[in-house]
Amino acid sequence: MSKMVTLSIDGIQVTVPEGTLIVDAARQAGIDIPVFCYHPKMEPVGMCRMCLVEIGRPMIDRNTGQPILDENGQPKLQFLGKLETACTNTVSDGMVVLTQSEKARAGQKATVEFLLTSHPLDCPICDKGGECPLQDLTMAYGPTQSRFLYEDKIHLAKHVPLGELIYLDRERCILCARCIRFQSEIAGDAVLTFDERGRSSQIITSSEPPFDSVFSGNTTDICPVGALTTADFRFGARPWELKAAASICSQCPVGCNIVYNTRREARSDGRIVIKRVLPRQNEEVNELWICDKGRFAYHYTESPSRLAAPRLAGGPASWDQALEKAAQALRTWQKKAILASGRLSNEDLYALKRFAEALNVPAYLYTSMGGGEWVRRYGLRAGSDLGHLGAGDTILVIGSDLYEEAPIWYLRVKQAAERGATLILSNPRFTRLERFAHYAVRYAYGDESEVIGRLNADAKIAQALREARNLVIFFGSEGMGLEQTEALAAACAQLLTETGHAERVDNGLVGVWPRANDQGAWEMGFEPVSDLQALFEELDVLYLVAADPLGDGVVRLNGRKPFLIVQDILETETVRQADVVLAACAYTEREGTFTSGERRVQRYFPAVPHWGECKPDFAITAMLAEAFGLRLEAHSAARAFQELAASVETFKGLDYAALSEVRAQWPPTGREDYPFSGTAQPNTQGMGKTLAAVTEAPSARPQPKVPREAERLRPEEGTLLLVPITRLFDAGSLVSPSALLHKRIGARRVILNPASGLEQGAQVLLEWEGHQVEVTVELDENVPAGVGLVPRSMGIPLQQPARGHLHTPERVR
Amino acid sequence: MTLAEKYSQEIQAIFAKYPPEHKRSAIMPLLYLAQREEGYISRQAMEEIAELLEISVTEVAGVVGFYTLYHDRKEGKYRVQVCTDLPCALRGADEFLKELSQALGIQPGETDAEGRFTLEEVMCIGACHRAPVFQVQSAEGVTYYENMTVEGALEALKKLE
Amino acid sequence: MTQYLLLRHREIPEISRLEVYRQHGGFEAFRKAVTGMTPDQVTEVVKASGLRGRGGAGFPTGLKWSFMDRKNWPHYVVANADESEPGTFKDREIMEGNPFQFLEGVAIASYAVGANRAYIYLRGEYQHIARWLDEKIAEMEAAGLLGERLFGTDYSLRMYTHLGAGAYICGEETALLESLEGKRGQPRVRPPFPPSFGLYGKPTVVNNVETLANVPLIVQNGAEWYRSMGTADAPGVKIFSLSGRVKRPGNYELPFGVTFRQLIYEYGGGILDDRPIKAIMPAGASSSLLRADDRLLDTPLDYASLRPFGGDLGSASVIVIDDTVSIDWVIQKTIRFFKHESCGKCTPCREGTYWMKHLIDRIRTNGKEEKQVQLLLDVARQMQGKCLCALGEFSTMAVVSGIERFGEDFR
Ligand SMILES: Cc1cc2nc3c(=O)[nH]c(=O)nc-3n(C[C@H](O)[C@H](O)[C@H](O)COP(=O)(O)O)c2cc1C
Ligand code: SF4
Ligand code: FES
Repeated sequence: MSKMVTLSIDGIQVTVPEGTLIVDAARQAGIDIPVFCYHPKMEPVGMCRMCLVEIGRPMIDRNTGQPILDENGQPKLQFLGKLETACTNTVSDGMVVLTQSEKARAGQKATVEFLLTSHPLDCPICDKGGECPLQDLTMAYGPTQSRFLYEDKIHLAKHVPLGELIYLDRERCILCARCIRFQSEIAGDAVLTFDERGRSSQIITSSEPPFDSVFSGNTTDICPVGALTTADFRFGARPWELKAAASICSQCPVGCNIVYNTRREARSDGRIVIKRVLPRQNEEVNELWICDKGRFAYHYTESPSRLAAPRLAGGPASWDQALEKAAQALRTWQKKAILASGRLSNEDLYALKRFAEALNVPAYLYTSMGGGEWVRRYGLRAGSDLGHLGAGDTILVIGSDLYEEAPIWYLRVKQAAERGATLILSNPRFTRLERFAHYAVRYAYGDESEVIGRLNADAKIAQALREARNLVIFFGSEGMGLEQTEALAAACAQLLTETGHAERVDNGLVGVWPRANDQGAWEMGFEPVSDLQALFEELDVLYLVAADPLGDGVVRLNGRKPFLIVQDILETETVRQADVVLAACAYTEREGTFTSGERRVQRYFPAVPHWGECKPDFAITAMLAEAFGLRLEAHSAARAFQELAASVETFKGLDYAALSEVRAQWPPTGREDYPFSGTAQPNTQGMGKTLAAVTEAPSARPQPKVPREAERLRPEEGTLLLVPITRLFDAGSLVSPSALLHKRIGARRVILNPASGLEQGAQVLLEWEGHQVEVTVELDENVPAGVGLVPRSMGIPLQQPARGHLHTPERVR
Repeated sequence: MTLAEKYSQEIQAIFAKYPPEHKRSAIMPLLYLAQREEGYISRQAMEEIAELLEISVTEVAGVVGFYTLYHDRKEGKYRVQVCTDLPCALRGADEFLKELSQALGIQPGETDAEGRFTLEEVMCIGACHRAPVFQVQSAEGVTYYENMTVEGALEALKKLE
Repeated sequence: MTQYLLLRHREIPEISRLEVYRQHGGFEAFRKAVTGMTPDQVTEVVKASGLRGRGGAGFPTGLKWSFMDRKNWPHYVVANADESEPGTFKDREIMEGNPFQFLEGVAIASYAVGANRAYIYLRGEYQHIARWLDEKIAEMEAAGLLGERLFGTDYSLRMYTHLGAGAYICGEETALLESLEGKRGQPRVRPPFPPSFGLYGKPTVVNNVETLANVPLIVQNGAEWYRSMGTADAPGVKIFSLSGRVKRPGNYELPFGVTFRQLIYEYGGGILDDRPIKAIMPAGASSSLLRADDRLLDTPLDYASLRPFGGDLGSASVIVIDDTVSIDWVIQKTIRFFKHESCGKCTPCREGTYWMKHLIDRIRTNGKEEKQVQLLLDVARQMQGKCLCALGEFSTMAVVSGIERFGEDFR
């Protein structure tokens, strides 16, 4: 606990920790010192000179070290002749700060007038209008009219694309460098800078591709003017016309808190549609940030291939007909199962689980990444926060490219490392996070199960693991299938136990899952299937929810096909083969909860009305269950959650309403704080709650067994070891409908070491286990020789590592 | 051929000047090295320097853009940079520039047809007592021409290869 | 004629050769310091000598050295050879003519603050000087004056040159350090000052070339001897770079206390065509314009003596202006310079210099409307006291003083 100091700001006594900046101290006392370049998440630079104030410091007697007192016993104050920046000066005892004195006001007014000399003042057509710090501060602090002659105004390009997602308006830019500093300090991608100098300074990017960062959208939130806008929202709407719905990003297991801004659109025949996504502050999850996937991939919810109504193989059907047909099939046939994915909410999954129990059929999780039961036992528990990790703690990341798979975890881990946590990275190839790692341990694809042993073999690393005050382990599915990930998770759990880090707050195992709510499914006891193809071949009836095994190529229909009841939001390949199609709402059209990889249960709220006749998944399941005399909650997500919380072990004690509780957060956000924190939204609808630990006594609990040896695959002469990896932007049904992202998604490809002798961009034929796919070659020297990386959800149905071949067209001939 | 291949010795010597953990300090000498190649710094050179220093190309571009002696575009082989700053101007630098410009047939900022000379106006170069003065910047570096007359200047410029 | 202390090559042409420099007592001071004095004793002598920075600010050199944070290592010394102030060309002559005395000064300063690495940051245009100094440094290494365990002690020192690339702002010490770190040369917010947070975040002394060239003399001959020259406010000698409308522009090494009249008429040979003198800019383009009346011309010069005239001696880059020159033309030149050199980091300087440029161009082309002149004055005043570094302030000096003191030229 650092020493507290007391100072006076505009006559108000403020007590804050030593080292606090004057702007922050003032803000905590409710006094707004105007700023442009300063942002509470970044190092102060004192550039914009907006925060000019008068600062008086008590004079100290050199000899006695005591403050010098004036005639009436008050400490004498020394004011510098000139104004000082509140953003770069820290508080000290007895300091007196004047932010409203005539001199200070004059300084602030001067800065605004100087800024306006080059500013186009095109507020009426500016996207930032209504949420613009410059506009607000001009009103509050600026001159009534500018003395700068209009014909002298500088004229600059207004539509400069910095990459395909972000546009720059050079006239509006006030050169505060917030975007540049965000990219280098926070994102760790230094892809923006100033070109030239003086009044000719301008923001540029020279990366290839331009603005090469998955965090680029955040710069538009912190830009204090309308200089940076997203290609998605620019000219889209005026901020004050927008409604806001609190939500959770559904694109990855981080569970970033977001807001959907919506508006009724004439262009979309009067429907209420989503206009943009903004981060919603949760300092325990995503702080003020989100990644570009979360910001731009939402368009799938309004995709033309959305299912609007239930139907039968024959053709259209009413809900009653569809449900009756489905019930009939489930009644008639013997061998049946339920297959659902982690895209569903906790309530949906719970309903399916209950239904499965009633029918006494298995409920399978549709995934190619296992190990969830270990995370359920050894995962993070209530009170944990990655933001707590720092010096003395250790973070281990195995088999995951966090930058691509869970960008905000990448940020949080990077920050922890910068706070002094020991970061150990173990991956078969270089990944961006490695730049911040203290130890990087390479292993060959196939050797995952040996990694832990390898780490322990290195004295320094073993010590960092053993002696860590807290230990958090992230494990992913880089190059692994179900079996290998399951084995890896077990090994990680064992490591936590052996090093004495199991069962403790701020310690534990985190699965970098492919979907937003996989963790919720694991908590509810869903089981993965090792061989879906076989399952398809032996089953009579299969009830699939939010799963597309046919589209993903996991299953190929050869002859016999089970009766398929398919519940989904989009027209998928599996839907096309379905006997009964049940049309579900996108999560943006209903409420519910997700469980993040950190085991945090968070609520989301309806942003837009139901699409066509769609219904929430849990409601559909409930209606189906009714035909079997099983009463499930069909209307209120709240009640559905309460039932779930009453019966699922690790959810016990959670209360739906309590999920909406918020704690006071720093920095402040919200309308009046745009200049300070940017347009990230305040959190009023809940920060969520982390699940409890598994309750039975540790002794009673099965200890992690030594992982069974997963099948080992190695590159072999004449063959290529094909391994699946995850890229942030893929061609999956939740991403590809966003046209804006197509450039980032890129071609269906295999990534090889340049030593492969193939040309970047060459078209080749990829062959393995009877599959044949035409792909484009991408070269990357970080890929081990003899290995081919195959991005998931790009139309290449590779579920686990396999040996394969490449045929260049000529060799085919 | 990359800079690293062509100038490995020199590059090593440059890196040796700075603490190994602060190799970024080597950027300015490396940029001069690159500029020696074609009289300006190509995109490819920036990429290579970024790699050598383990920083982003963007960071390199930002440095190139800040300093007036680095150029990211090809111009005349010789940049004739006449100082017209206050002290020189007090000693006739403006007239000198005007006459030289006429003699060369190019305005300040322009390059002649053969691509030999680019005429430029620059700020003080620290030769105020020998005005009129200009410096010639080429791939080889910077050379001063002091106490100049237009005739003398044309003489000197003719001598350049 | 005075005996030269800094521009000694004018008397000893060969002094740029190591053996010649040593014949004339070269590197004795360095040896004396390293073998016979503690670092603190060296700092004390420099303090006692009253030597003040020649880069412009006139900050007491020994005091600056004593500020070095002793809890944070390593320490660095950086010689500021950026010399970009219009009208300044003195450091150049020292380095060209008497390089070893300067380098010895760098070496002694390094010893005094416990630095084992020293950098010499030269403006990009001084490429020939950088190459020249590299040779001299190599000779020093060969002669065992640089390197490991110097003079058999455990003190080691290496020196390196570093070339800027055309940016006046890189003369500002924190911008210089940023530039030396391989970044865009933009100033840092001060405090913290270099002696606590400098190169690579480590304690660093930044001194001007001329300042350092004085150090060997002081260590060799003692503080008393040095104080016997110049004035109480500014002991010692100063190189005045004389430029503008004088017959013999150039560098003049003279003791503080000399007057403008002596400098301009005795040494500088008077005004071209013997015209009447009108104004003096004592510190290059960053100085106020001073009306060259008798009172000014006969004032003994040191750092304090120009204050009453509303000016500063700064780096003593004396630009002389005669009655053929109109002051609005002068400030058009200075504004153009500062607009070109503003780094763009802070708002008032970036926008203010740009605004002033438009105003002065308008005034000089469209005639001197009082409203526009008044606005120019307001803008300049409005910049004052708000900029991140002194460049912004500098850009207003000639404007404000010019309009206030030479109003007739703006009507
Ligand atoms: C805009 C600006 C330009 C400067 N240029 C120089 C310069 O070219 N040479 C120099 O020695 N000091 C220059 N200075 C002063 C330096 O910041 C620093 O005070 C000086 O180098 C300290 O050395 P000294 O104490 O020996 O004078 C400049 C300052 C400013 C604000
Ligand atoms: S607002 Fe403060 S932070 Fe920005 S430079 Fe300005 S002075 Fe500062
Ligand atoms: S003003 Fe031209 S060299 Fe100094």
